[in-house]
Amino acid sequence: MRLIAILTVLFASLIAWSPSVSAKDWKVIRFGVDPSYPPFESKAPDGSLVGFDIDLGNALCAKLNAKCVWVENDFDGMIPALQARKIDAVLSDMSVTEKRLQQIDFTNKISYSPTRMVAKAGSNLQPTAQSLRGKHIGVEQGTIQETYANTYFAPNGVNVVSYQNQDQVYADLKSGRLEASLQDEAQASVGFLKTPEGQGFEFCGPELNDSKILGSAAAIGLRKGDVDLKNALNNALADLLKDGRYQKIAKKYFDFNIYGD
Amino acid sequence: MLFEGYGRLLWNGTLETIQLSLLSLLLAFVIGLLGAAAKLSRHRWLSLAATVYTTLIRGVPDLVLMLLLYYSFQDWLNRLTDAFNLQQIDIDPFLAGICVLGFIYGAYFTETFRGGVLAVPKGQLEAAAAYGLTPWQVFRRILFPQMMRFALPGISNNWQVILKATALVSIIGLHEVVRAAQDAITGTSSKGAYHAFFFLSVAGMIYLVLTTLSNLVFIALEQRYSVGIRKPEL
Amino acid sequence: MIELIKQYWQQYLFGTPAHPTGLVITLWLTVASLGLGFVLAVPLAVAKASTNRWLSIPVSVYAYVIRGTPLYVQLLLLYSGMYSLDAVRSTPVLSSFFRDAFNCTILAFTLNTAAYTTEIFAGAIKATSRGEIEAARAYGMSGLTLYRCIILPSALRRALPAYSNEVILMLHATTLAATATVPDLLKVARNASSDYYLPFVAYGIAAVLYLCISFALIWLFRRAERRWLAYLR
Repeated sequence: MRLIAILTVLFASLIAWSPSVSAKDWKVIRFGVDPSYPPFESKAPDGSLVGFDIDLGNALCAKLNAKCVWVENDFDGMIPALQARKIDAVLSDMSVTEKRLQQIDFTNKISYSPTRMVAKAGSNLQPTAQSLRGKHIGVEQGTIQETYANTYFAPNGVNVVSYQNQDQVYADLKSGRLEASLQDEAQASVGFLKTPEGQGFEFCGPELNDSKILGSAAAIGLRKGDVDLKNALNNALADLLKDGRYQKIAKKYFDFNIYGD
Repeated sequence: MLFEGYGRLLWNGTLETIQLSLLSLLLAFVIGLLGAAAKLSRHRWLSLAATVYTTLIRGVPDLVLMLLLYYSFQDWLNRLTDAFNLQQIDIDPFLAGICVLGFIYGAYFTETFRGGVLAVPKGQLEAAAAYGLTPWQVFRRILFPQMMRFALPGISNNWQVILKATALVSIIGLHEVVRAAQDAITGTSSKGAYHAFFFLSVAGMIYLVLTTLSNLVFIALEQRYSVGIRKPEL
Repeated sequence: MIELIKQYWQQYLFGTPAHPTGLVITLWLTVASLGLGFVLAVPLAVAKASTNRWLSIPVSVYAYVIRGTPLYVQLLLLYSGMYSLDAVRSTPVLSSFFRDAFNCTILAFTLNTAAYTTEIFAGAIKATSRGEIEAARAYGMSGLTLYRCIILPSALRRALPAYSNEVILMLHATTLAATATVPDLLKVARNASSDYYLPFVAYGIAAVLYLCISFALIWLFRRAERRWLAYLR
């Protein structure tokens, strides 16, 4: 009897204490990021996050007078995390594809980098099923490159191996477990080939084009329905592009135009 | 430098592991007591619910459960708070890890405590009731101390499993020891070295130290709870 | 949800002949690791239960280290760690062995289950009643016959309940294979989840499948107990 009384009081107070629903004013924006993709996002030895996406996100927040909170998450768990409202936006070099647009929304383009294959120098491999038949190609779980490889390579006798994050792909590429890997071109160039790690490896074959699977550009992922956040971010982005701050940030990491045309 | 500058990260990861394990242990302990009470209760529906809970949890691998609950937990909580028009309660990864580990190992603790309670002679509880002790007093003074003696091996076992399960939590993104070691490996690999074997061995060593310390604690606890019991002469 | 099941059901269960995935791989990993672990554990348990310090102490140390560290760390060590050593990469036999993710995984699982199984069997061997051993020696049985006819049959029977627990735990442990890129059931669930963004459905299907196998294994062990532990009923 007493128990029931206590429960009822608790229940009633819970309902009574509910604040009215108001439009969310974005004072704190939680960005989801997978810091295994230098120079877009990576971890410094002291544990802090560094990279192009990090700087861009911080600049956007500054423009919006909001606080940026960076939440680390595996790439293939980004969209579920977004939908579960663990994060408010995905800023992790995520490309805009039809399939993703069915689940979430995107801002305008923040960068563009095509997909390209990396292999050992002189191996003469091409990013085609015939050339890779019987070989192992590494991709990161949840990326468009994984979808591409599973669509075009896996059914034709190529071993597509998916890894939890990009570092593990490079680790196995270096050790010889993989003959090739498929990832974002800018990331491979700056984050691997130009480092001492990437000695002896090179791009093999041309940039891959498939607008359905590989999408057209990278943007910030948002929940469908967060239209006010989308507009706010788009406006802030346009401002950064106009006043040159975007270019300044980009120049820190890339010696070419990462925005594309 | 001994750890190539990643010593601090590894140390923080170790602390995180210990915190995570202890808090999960606490939650699992409480859930286990409640679950054992439910399983041993007179009400059929309670014991049935508890049986379903333990069977499901022990029949499904903990990694699958972790991934399942990690995303669903927040989602359900959101729906709950939405239904009541409340502010969304945010579960950060650490709290999520504790909830998930506590929930999963609560099932194992339920079985441990159930066995422990069944091993306490019924006469003790009857005598306590005859003396007029309230149920809570019976639990605190009579049942719990005696049950602990029987449950202690099971508890120590489950504790070790929880400690090692925190390594799996790195897969859902927590910064404990294994993740710290992996970060260290990636960090040093960009400098041209690849100390995978070294850092992973360090992580293994840390776990070994933790389990050894736990063993010592449990030996001490066993001595405390076995006061007054004569060991059988073999 | 229906599309997810329609697209992935085959991968969940057996994949393609050229590229098996899912349930088949999980079962194969479980059976292989348990079989090899069992074969390894029997002599190790005999060594651990022996009074000869030179035999029992190394085995105890091995079991202690394996039981004191997480399987995940052991797997990573054998998969990432071993292959990063120059000594391993320069020896052709070792290099080709550790190159294959499958080999590393089975090796890690085997060593792990062998350690736990050794503890179980050693405990059961030590619990053999003195009277049986005295009688066997009175009959003139020497070491090997003693173990083969008297100690091992009764010890293995005694260990059956605890071993059934270990078998279930091994089944659960195979989910780690996904982190070493082996395409087991959990990996397929991850693929499905990241493809359709329905984590609850994707992992739920995997959970149901694991539950079914666990129940099947428990049923198998109940039958085994009814047969081999009939003298206890």
